[in-house]
Amino acid sequence: MNVRLRNPSRIVQVHGGRSVTKLLNELGLNRETVLVVRNGTLVPADAFLEDGDDIEIRPVISGGAT
Amino acid sequence: MKCRVCRGPAVIDVRRHNANFCVEHFIQQCERQVTKAIDAFGMIAPGERVLVAVSGGKDSLALWDLLVRLGYHAEGLYLGLGIGEYSDESGDYARNFAVTRGLVLHEVDLRRDFGYDIPRASAVTGRVPCSACGLSKRHLFDEMARQGEFDVVATGHNLDDEAAVLFGNVLRWQTEYLARQMPVLPAGNGFPRKVKPLVRLSEREMAAYCIVQGIDYQVEECPMATGNSHLGYKEALNAVEDQSPGTKHDFYFGFLERAAAGFRQGLTQDASALGSCRDCGAPTPGDRCAFCRLVERTGGHHRTQDPNGASPGSETAVVLGRRERS
Repeated sequence: MNVRLRNPSRIVQVHGGRSVTKLLNELGLNRETVLVVRNGTLVPADAFLEDGDDIEIRPVISGGAT
Repeated sequence: MKCRVCRGPAVIDVRRHNANFCVEHFIQQCERQVTKAIDAFGMIAPGERVLVAVSGGKDSLALWDLLVRLGYHAEGLYLGLGIGEYSDESGDYARNFAVTRGLVLHEVDLRRDFGYDIPRASAVTGRVPCSACGLSKRHLFDEMARQGEFDVVATGHNLDDEAAVLFGNVLRWQTEYLARQMPVLPAGNGFPRKVKPLVRLSEREMAAYCIVQGIDYQVEECPMATGNSHLGYKEALNAVEDQSPGTKHDFYFGFLERAAAGFRQGLTQDASALGSCRDCGAPTPGDRCAFCRLVERTGGHHRTQDPNGASPGSETAVVLGRRERS
């Protein structure tokens, strides 16, 4: 599956199905700081992602100190 | 995962509530949390005119959308900060949101209207960009609220923002700041009331709200905020939250319920000391306000009066969509 990451924007290839939680753990991402969008639809932590899915991992933390 | 309300397929898990929601019930949950914050802290009364501080990011656009959904008269104000492509794109997101919903968006552009931008202000003052950014925003939102006869300025500060600010203030025991860190700053001394209706919602929930509502927002981070201490505090708090969901909520609301009043008792404020800035008329303890001093230091200029007599602020505002007065 194609996994799109941001800040910086990049795409990584991940092979084999796995849960959202497992994918985030493998990528070293804190689940409190991102959302996962599969084929344009928001999915929860237990969703199973399959080969062929288009995945976006969207960061949610913004940092303006004002 | 199933929705806590209808048992249908969930799209988001909210661990601090130990709950999952489908799209419909997640939107209802967000509306409920905003309503609860507004009611609990007396943020906005029915019929009041609300000015939303709009950045083009998830929080401000979600806030604007939620306030309109809840029946409030809310207009937006976007400030062009002059931070390269980032500002160009953020303005596009704000305008697109307003136009597609028929909402009123006012605009002020620092470079066009005052002859400076945030990178220049940061370079001239030798301070971090967020400092000049915050000063400019506070001054111009206050000014627009006064001149546009808005009752209240609403900002998109969410639970994560407030918990991170609280964390930073506690780490350094900045008691003056702790005394003022409230979801509502009452109007007074020429300043409008300022409210934070998203304090019961996390920024993860705000991003999710935008996704499920089809709100396009600027995902990319402000390049000038990279590496600032505020982001570090958020990272630390999220590490704790991951292990113990609900910590950020308990930290912030525990402060409000059990500690904030104590810090406010020590707050000294001499309202009678505030005069008017000789250049712009804004309330200030000195001869000139901090914003006008910043404009001068950057080599910028003040807006000129509209020859037709319109008030400063409105003459440079770009108003999109329909304009309604309640």
